[in-house]
Amino acid sequence: MQNYSVFVPKLLPKRELFAPGHRGCIGCGEALAVRLATKAMDENTIIVNATGCMEIIASQYPYTSWRLPWIHTLFENTAAVASGVESAIKVLKRKKRIEDRDIKIVAIGGDGATVDIGLQALSGAMERGHNFTYICFDNEAYMNTGIQRSSATPFGASTTTSPAGKVGKGQFSWKKDMLAIAVAHNIPYVATCCPSYPFDMIEKVGKALAADGPAYIHCLSVCPTGWRCATEDTVKIGRLAVETGVFPLYEVVNGQYKMSMETPELKPLREYTSLQRRFRHLTEESLDLIQERVQLEYNKIAERAACAPKLEK
Amino acid sequence: MARVGVEVSIALSEAVGLCNADVIAAYPITPQTHIVEHLAEMVADGELDAEYIPVESEHSALSACLGSAAAGARTFTATAGQGLELMHEVLYVASSMRLPVIMAVANRALSGPLSVWGDHSDVMSCRDIGWIQIFTENGQEVVDNAICSFKIGEDKRVLLPVMVHLDGFHLSHVIEPIDMPERAQVDAFLSVNDYPYALNPDNPHAMGDFAPPVVFTEAKWAQEQDFQKSKAVILEVWKDFEKQFGRSYKPVETYRTEGAENLLFTMGSFSETAMAAIDKMRDDGMSVGLVRLRLWRPFPFEELRDAVKDAKNLIVLDRALSIGGPGGPVCSEIKAALYPLEKKPKIVSIIGGLGGRDITVANFEDIMKRGLEIAEKGSPNEYEIYGVRA
Amino acid sequence: MAKQENKITWQEMTPGCIVSEPGNASQYKTGDWRSQLPVHNFKKCIKCGLCYVFCPEACINETKEGFFEADLFYCKGCGICAHECPTGAIVMKDEEEK
Repeated sequence: MQNYSVFVPKLLPKRELFAPGHRGCIGCGEALAVRLATKAMDENTIIVNATGCMEIIASQYPYTSWRLPWIHTLFENTAAVASGVESAIKVLKRKKRIEDRDIKIVAIGGDGATVDIGLQALSGAMERGHNFTYICFDNEAYMNTGIQRSSATPFGASTTTSPAGKVGKGQFSWKKDMLAIAVAHNIPYVATCCPSYPFDMIEKVGKALAADGPAYIHCLSVCPTGWRCATEDTVKIGRLAVETGVFPLYEVVNGQYKMSMETPELKPLREYTSLQRRFRHLTEESLDLIQERVQLEYNKIAERAACAPKLEK
Repeated sequence: MARVGVEVSIALSEAVGLCNADVIAAYPITPQTHIVEHLAEMVADGELDAEYIPVESEHSALSACLGSAAAGARTFTATAGQGLELMHEVLYVASSMRLPVIMAVANRALSGPLSVWGDHSDVMSCRDIGWIQIFTENGQEVVDNAICSFKIGEDKRVLLPVMVHLDGFHLSHVIEPIDMPERAQVDAFLSVNDYPYALNPDNPHAMGDFAPPVVFTEAKWAQEQDFQKSKAVILEVWKDFEKQFGRSYKPVETYRTEGAENLLFTMGSFSETAMAAIDKMRDDGMSVGLVRLRLWRPFPFEELRDAVKDAKNLIVLDRALSIGGPGGPVCSEIKAALYPLEKKPKIVSIIGGLGGRDITVANFEDIMKRGLEIAEKGSPNEYEIYGVRA
Repeated sequence: MAKQENKITWQEMTPGCIVSEPGNASQYKTGDWRSQLPVHNFKKCIKCGLCYVFCPEACINETKEGFFEADLFYCKGCGICAHECPTGAIVMKDEEEK
């Protein structure tokens, strides 16, 4: 995946549906991720945004960074609002009050808004089968409010509410497997992605938009501010998350798992954790345990993919 | 117009159907369940062409309504008691974001202890939310005001969510004689919803920006000014309704208040029982009358002052208790509204009918008697509760 | 052109704080944030466009000749472009005191 064709970037649509001038931190991996996600969208898209980093950096009155119809209401109801928008568009088309054209509904939320407080609404929307795409931009903590832990914070990471101290050693639980939760709802398309693999990401967002029914995408968003890493390492760290198996790239199409890239041997975890000060308190022993678990979780996904019949591209 | 005996919840759903609602978000809670059940039946039978979203909680019910109204659909939901509380934060957003959502609330007591029965504690927790709020006293009023609410909320000069309050069980579950309007009449009365800021790729708006301190005050003042202006439209719609359907509605309704020295004040369905009590007391030679608030928000200051200013005593019966507060919530608002008047009645706060407890005609007579006693002799208490066993 | 926040009167507030100018946040000069800036050496630039792909600010644009260059009005100086450039055509330099 690192052998980029020199022509490929030029096949991306030039228009920026997420305009420059947003107030994201320097080197924000989430803003990059949102920007790349929009490259798979066109103007016939409605964005439903949760409260969080991406909402705050893009919507200080009287400004907006969005060049699409966009609605933000509250923190935990994004999928419910999206359900309402989707239902309304459906019935208005049916009653011929609006033009019958394909309008994509895309819900955007951070890990807090998705995996914690917004889980109920998301589960309901997926269960009801609304035709929409939900993209979780996971920067692994409640970053907008000041780096507090979420259930997506990786084990051992130091956050302001799971700080590394004399007694506590950072996040005490393993990252909640939101992908498995999404797959359990039997929706047509589930995938992980990372902006460090931009073309894979854009393709996956495209597939999610094209899916008939709910689609869920979980996107790793490197946060230099919260992960305490160098701003220029944003893309590199995302790549390492994938190469070390911490964040495997895969799709689940109608329940069938498919790895997005072959990584027969995972890089050592320390290559990833050593670049981020949120892990610096971890002992060698802890890092070994984490690496073992990472390998275990990675194997689970790979096994499911191996069992799946060959998927058509 | 067919006059039928029908359960009020069913009639309400039929009215929503006549209004050709586009999206219905539904979550069941006693005593509103018959409303959402009948709407589901209507959709399932093809009587109503709407998207029926059986959401997974009331918070999501109103959130789905936000999305639906923002996309320009005629949107309806219903709730009660705890459901209204669960969607509490969403209520403020519906009004501040100017999204016309119509919601029926089958007023129910708030836990704890758990009570599925009717009182006004749920609506009293919603005084500051910025929704237009209309109280009803019988089944006909529920049907009529449901229809009017769509016209009011969706009016381009208003663009606000509207709540129609009906007493849980006391109204929702009773069979009443109701003149159901014809579909053609409602079509003539209501125009198609044409929300001017609908989410649409042809005209991309951003809805839901955050406001830093430097603009927040201006945002809320602008909202308040627009909210006050909605009253004129409410009166206009009620007038139009009267022309077309022959029934009139006013922000403050009075019953036999001409020359009455002593006024009773009620809201909601037990007002009709109060009217029977007033009749009886008048027959007994008492100088009494009844005042009821129909338009709760925007609060009708002028009409209220006008209705009570010449009375000697005003006995306000609240159906909710503000624990540790100045007694009945409605009474405290009435006291505030009358405070600037040079000449105003003595005001007595009495609370009763909590958690579904009935107030009978005889009870109303008692309340009036006790109220007048307090008015004359005073009381060491800020307010009294009626009918508590001690 | 949106009015400055501290000059907006209540009468000028849009209903529900709706913003009807798509992308008007691009008036905001985020370039003032940076403490280092990218310096492009077009002799080494192979016009691959990767810097354009990886810029979180979407501020790298194609020049007339097909090279890619950061728009300093927005560039926050994160250094991702310099780090990802396959030929080292971009180098980060400290901003000077103005």
